[in-house]
Amino acid sequence: MSESKTSETETADLEKFRSETRAWLEANCPPEMRKPATSDADVFWGGRNAKFSSEPQRIWFERMRDKGWTVPDWPREYGGGGLCAAEHKVLRSEMARIGARPPLSSFGIWMLGPALLKYGNEAQKKEHLPKIAAGLIRWCQGYSEPNAGSDLASLQTRAESDGDDFVITGSKIWTSYANYADWIFCLVRTDPAAKKHDGISFILFDMTSKGVTTKPILLISGYSPFCETFFDGVRVPKSHVVGQINRGWDVAKYLLQHERAMISGMGERGVGRPLGQIAADSVGTDAQGKLDDSMLRGKIASFDVDEAALAACAERAVDLAKAGQAHPAFSSAMKYYGTELNKRRYEILMSAGGVDALEWESERSRQGARPRAWLRTKANSIEGGTSEVMLGIVAKRILDLPGA
Amino acid sequence: MALVLTEEQSMLRDSARGLISDKAPVSHLRSLRDSKDPTGFSKELWHAFAEMGFAGLLVPEEFGGSGLGFMEAGIIMEEIGRTLMPSPFLATSVVAASALNRGGNAAQKFEYLPKISNGSLLATVAIDEGPKHRPLRTALQAVRAGNGFKLSGAKALVVDGHVADLFIVAARTSGSAGERDGLTLFLVNPKAKGVSIERTIMVDAHNAARIELVNVEVTADSVLGEVDQGAALLDGVLDIGRGAVAAEMVGLSEEVFGRTVEYLKNRKQFGKLIGEFQALQHRAAELYIDIEITRAATMKALQALDADVAMAASAVAVAKARAGTTATRAVQEGVQMHGGMGMTDQFDIGFFMKRARVCEELFGDANYHTEQLAKARGY
Repeated sequence: MSESKTSETETADLEKFRSETRAWLEANCPPEMRKPATSDADVFWGGRNAKFSSEPQRIWFERMRDKGWTVPDWPREYGGGGLCAAEHKVLRSEMARIGARPPLSSFGIWMLGPALLKYGNEAQKKEHLPKIAAGLIRWCQGYSEPNAGSDLASLQTRAESDGDDFVITGSKIWTSYANYADWIFCLVRTDPAAKKHDGISFILFDMTSKGVTTKPILLISGYSPFCETFFDGVRVPKSHVVGQINRGWDVAKYLLQHERAMISGMGERGVGRPLGQIAADSVGTDAQGKLDDSMLRGKIASFDVDEAALAACAERAVDLAKAGQAHPAFSSAMKYYGTELNKRRYEILMSAGGVDALEWESERSRQGARPRAWLRTKANSIEGGTSEVMLGIVAKRILDLPGA
Repeated sequence: MALVLTEEQSMLRDSARGLISDKAPVSHLRSLRDSKDPTGFSKELWHAFAEMGFAGLLVPEEFGGSGLGFMEAGIIMEEIGRTLMPSPFLATSVVAASALNRGGNAAQKFEYLPKISNGSLLATVAIDEGPKHRPLRTALQAVRAGNGFKLSGAKALVVDGHVADLFIVAARTSGSAGERDGLTLFLVNPKAKGVSIERTIMVDAHNAARIELVNVEVTADSVLGEVDQGAALLDGVLDIGRGAVAAEMVGLSEEVFGRTVEYLKNRKQFGKLIGEFQALQHRAAELYIDIEITRAATMKALQALDADVAMAASAVAVAKARAGTTATRAVQEGVQMHGGMGMTDQFDIGFFMKRARVCEELFGDANYHTEQLAKARGY
């Protein structure tokens, strides 16, 4: 009896939180921030050199930051909102209800923050988390190297001990937005003699440090979201290592789970216009209002079924994690399916758009927004671990199939 | 509502699993099939279901039931799916009980629901007329005759049709096949004059029948819901059935998958376990992911039904479409990965393939439900 009483009280409290949150969002989220971002400029990434692309973007960011809602579930002492899991779910659903954009996007929020909360010492948490929450520092990720892609643990960037410092030499590749980043979280080899997983450390340093250079890589989309990053004798205090020296692989793996969860959610699920309507505009409809291309219609309908089912699975994954029932490798399953689905989405969009979706430079095509986005999605099933690596992880860690 | 089981739901699952895995493993279905059992299910087990409160799971407590929801019904269906237990639970306790509870007047509920709860009455719906599930194409005619109606026409895939004590028949009182208006549900006594029943032995060895009605007289009291306006009631009842069958298919898929993964871990060829081959590992991993996504979609649909049956159509369409493609994939991979053993009758895996095929047709296949979603989204 007392149990159901408690849950009734909790439900009542949660409903109160919902109505207060709804009212606050209605009053504080500018109308311009209630539609999906259509270009990278619409996304606010924070950092030392950050500029707001519009006044509503600034207002929305500052109001959310002041409530700690750039990172709603982080503890208040680190600049977060201190929300419990159930409240966080309510906030997300209320933001989704009005189509509110995230006020701040950052690898600090999605990747480094969770790793610091788990593995960082108190000084590191106090130093870095509030600056991530407030959008003051923009982070990038130094993981892949030219010869360490899917086989990430074979990375060769050296960190040599010199008194209280490490001296870092080597290069990274596919470093997202390294040319805009203020700091980097980086995997380096601190013990070349150890087995490959055992000699790696996870270290943080300022991108303005002497010896750091970056070079953007032009991709098939015509954009350069990724860089090559070079370290030539970069001096970093040993106190910047997160977790134990030579135990960086634990931190790296934990962070990868968050990265994969982030990438699996990159498809614009449930926002913007439904695919069927976008296709109707270009393909046309028959007398009954059905798309005038029955094969395309079938593909879109199958896509919609799978997309809705994946959304339910993403919701359940969060609920399972909260209930302590989640498998730590499940983010690999979500990453695999989410990225393959997003590629399907863009193949459908290209097919639906026909010739119109081929224009690369016109005003009419918003500088080829659709074909460039289509090409960008091809990286989804490569970055953060390829689809094949994800399936291997599921097979071994979840299904416990033999052979490592 | 979180998409995880509550403590009470986990306990319900454990007690259902205990009973079903103990009393009705796949060998139970096999022996019913091999002995050509005239009932097609175990009456003793059905009484056990009634005693545990499962027969009246969805029936309100005032009519002797357990008053639980569709999520709970799905939990039982999933356990049924794991062992392929033939049971009146789907037709009687889920679909017919929901039809009576949602559409029945006080007298109808009072007459039938307590008997469903105590396990003494078996009921079923008779909807499909052609080879595919197309409820709006109902053509079975009900013409007014005196104070009542006369029913004539034929129905197929009537689950438990040869043992049911009550049929709930979808008939056309006006309009023509394909129209929403003009559908009416009738309560029909299988022993009434003019009813003929042919038990159809199906590929899955579960109960089904074809029934034919020739000028079957029913009174006005036999109308369930409103005359000519039965489509909305029918939609809701069918969606409840679809959610339940999706849950059965999730249980079935997971069981087949579990057995297949075990086989991959034990079968050796070329001097190693076949589960070491990446070609099989990746296919197993993809199937696992498919099942997890379908499980979540099915829970979402059952939750939506619990919240409001009338608003659950899209979530149910997603779940039943996904369940169809996932179960089909699971049983195909199951047979393929078991190699020659998977083709033998002696091995259980084929039973799962057969049942999955029937579940796929029950209340609409994946194509049907994908089409429904496209229509609902207006393209």
